Amino acid sequence: MAKTTQFRTCPTTGLKVDLAAEKLIKANAVVAVVFLAIGGLFGLLVALTRWPAVHFLPADWFYLALTAHGFDVLLVWIIFFEMAVLYFASSVLLGCRLATPRWAWAGFALMLIGAVVTNIVVLQGQSSVMFTSYVPMKAEPGFYLGIILFAVGALIGCFVFFGTLVVARQEKTYQGSVPLVTFGAITAAIIAVFTIASGAIILIPTLLWSVGLVSHIDPLVYKTIWWAMGHSSQQINVSAHVAVWYAIAAMVLGARPISEKVSRMAFLMYILFLQLASAHHMLVEPGFSSEWKIFNTSYAMYLAVLGSMIHGMTVPGSIEAAQRARGLTKGLFEWLRKAPWGNPAFAGMFMSLVFFGFIGGISGVVMGTEQINLIMHNTLYVPGHFHGTVVAGTTLAFMAITYLLVPLIFRRELMFRKLAQWQPYLFGIGVAGISVFMMGAGTLGVSRRHWDMTFADAQLPFDYPSAAFLMMGLNGIFAILASLGGILFIVIVVGSVFFGKKLAEDEKPSYPEMPPAAAAVAEHGSAGTLKIPGTVMLVGIFFVAFVLYYFVNWKYLSEVWPLS
Amino acid sequence: MAITPPPQRIWWKEPIAKVELSWIIIAFVWGLVMFFMMIYWHGAGEQNLSNEAYKITPERFAEKSQAMIDEYTVREENYFPVVHPPAGSDVYLIARLWQWWPILELKKGETYRLHLSSLDWMHGFSLQPVNINVQVHPGYEMVVTIKPDQAGEFGIVCNEYCGLGHHLMVGKIYVVE
Ligand code: HEM
Ligand SMILES: [Cu+2]
Ligand SMILES: [Cu+2]
Repeated sequence: MAKTTQFRTCPTTGLKVDLAAEKLIKANAVVAVVFLAIGGLFGLLVALTRWPAVHFLPADWFYLALTAHGFDVLLVWIIFFEMAVLYFASSVLLGCRLATPRWAWAGFALMLIGAVVTNIVVLQGQSSVMFTSYVPMKAEPGFYLGIILFAVGALIGCFVFFGTLVVARQEKTYQGSVPLVTFGAITAAIIAVFTIASGAIILIPTLLWSVGLVSHIDPLVYKTIWWAMGHSSQQINVSAHVAVWYAIAAMVLGARPISEKVSRMAFLMYILFLQLASAHHMLVEPGFSSEWKIFNTSYAMYLAVLGSMIHGMTVPGSIEAAQRARGLTKGLFEWLRKAPWGNPAFAGMFMSLVFFGFIGGISGVVMGTEQINLIMHNTLYVPGHFHGTVVAGTTLAFMAITYLLVPLIFRRELMFRKLAQWQPYLFGIGVAGISVFMMGAGTLGVSRRHWDMTFADAQLPFDYPSAAFLMMGLNGIFAILASLGGILFIVIVVGSVFFGKKLAEDEKPSYPEMPPAAAAVAEHGSAGTLKIPGTVMLVGIFFVAFVLYYFVNWKYLSEVWPLS
Repeated sequence: MAITPPPQRIWWKEPIAKVELSWIIIAFVWGLVMFFMMIYWHGAGEQNLSNEAYKITPERFAEKSQAMIDEYTVREENYFPVVHPPAGSDVYLIARLWQWWPILELKKGETYRLHLSSLDWMHGFSLQPVNINVQVHPGYEMVVTIKPDQAGEFGIVCNEYCGLGHHLMVGKIYVVE
């Protein structure tokens, strides 16, 4: 490109920031947060409707709101934010100019147009098909068109990311290998390309079908390929939020990965085994063999799960090692007790790690077991599980890093600091609550995506146990907590971005605390002397919980009617 | 740090710490346990979903179901036929907007070959309060061998979203001694 690239140097981290990349990061992050606000509002309406004592929306609005909720938060919020993460991890971390900013803006525009189109079509009311849009239920053509435009835009973003990596390598803007966070982002982007290809394979024919050019789409084929997209995209989220964990641990505590080799290998496992993952959505469908289901649902013997379990030790382990190197060495947990719990970036990151593992991770593996899926499929257990992964995990991690992006990239002082300290707890605990209570209701059999658990107007009567009603009431209460946390986040971030005190070119932000790069804990000593007993304890607790919960569910399964 | 290139240029030759290696091994072995548990259950467990399924047209499935209904209906309830097929036989359950048709009456401790298919959109067979959940597709006939081991009245909720009447779609199975 003819125009010369302009850089500034970040006074806090010393990183060289390409101004074009910075603008794109801002735009993507702002749009992401706007859609989080819209989608979150729909989520609150849905939760209030599922609260039996409140039963807020009428049925048609409930299904509309649920469709909009799934689309706006799972796709639009997360993927826009991931675009910001990709540009950050390539251009900013490598100190390199962004390859073709114009293409990046084109991708951004397509994503935005697509998101708006699909939202308008959903709000018109004839497309309440849920974000999965299983055929033969038909939405208006604009519904699929919007999603396709959005996906094409995201694909362009991925290629700009890869292009930037190539430029950085050619122009030698860094020494040796790319940073671990960038490596994680590469994982996410590679998976994204596979994901979007699967999406195109299934959604383009579906669009043609909705306008009458294709006569029939097999529902089983649709569902299988749809989940090759739908599940892989969750692996993008995991890769991205694990990269964000490492980034926050590095920026707030100067933590260094215990072993570059192990952490990178764990990311690689996501790429190698994800194609198999769509199977765990097909465990109770007709027409698949058990061999296929077992091999695929376990991603060939749980090797992608192994990747996550490794990060589950290396992330807190690197934090513990950094804290101990600073002299917080008393007992098992001084390093954790004296961690910066008042720093929203750290608090959000650590809760994201714990909830993702304990709530989202364990429930996901249990539910994805071939036979156990029989007692959970399509119950509220499913949304319970993924609010543990994609909300308490991904969303909370993204919120946490936003507290660093506001001062570093938007160059504004954070406003409402007291509220910011509380925000991750409010949101985290609220979301942990809705996850657990939806899982509880699901264990009692309550259906997901369902307007009336009393079946008041049905031709034949049926009653769920009263404990299920209690669960849904508690779910409503925690949904309000989570929503308050969400609103706080929006107010703090939007307020700061537009009205926060502007930072001068070489001025360091006063909050949240980030040690200067020089204070980074460069060494842990050799591998032989590494001491992380607190992390070993935490991981031990996790493992025991995992094993117990896994076998408890086999016990539940063994109590239902025999079938073969 | 994780946001800078690795300080050791040859990072892939650094030794792995013992705690990390132990955890990798434990997690890997646990993965194997979970993998083999599913296979083990196919031999030792009583709850395994069958893989028997056929392609079928909605018309043909409706015909086969109607034949069963004509032969074995014992009474009517709320305009639904209540069908009591012989133990061990093939029983049919139609999923359609927004009904599970007909009501089945089964005997406790006997096995039945339950055929499930949809005449229109996807539905979800959710037997409650037992909590067995199976997806029902149009165009595919799934055959599940079931053995009710409790007597009583059971609900069939639809747990795959199937349009505005989704929450009206409730069916019933009686299990008698
Ligand atoms: C204030 C925060 C939130 C609340 C109170 C909330 C609540 C809910 C509830 C009650 C359901 C409906 C379960 C059902 O009836 O099937 C639901 C579904 C869902 N939620 Fe959330 N949620 C929140 C935030 C999020 C976020 C941030 C994400 C994604 C990152 C998310 C992703 C989803 C998805 C994908 C579904 C499934 C939609 C479907 O079944 O089609 N939620 N949520
Ligand atoms: Cu239905
Ligand atoms: Cu339904």
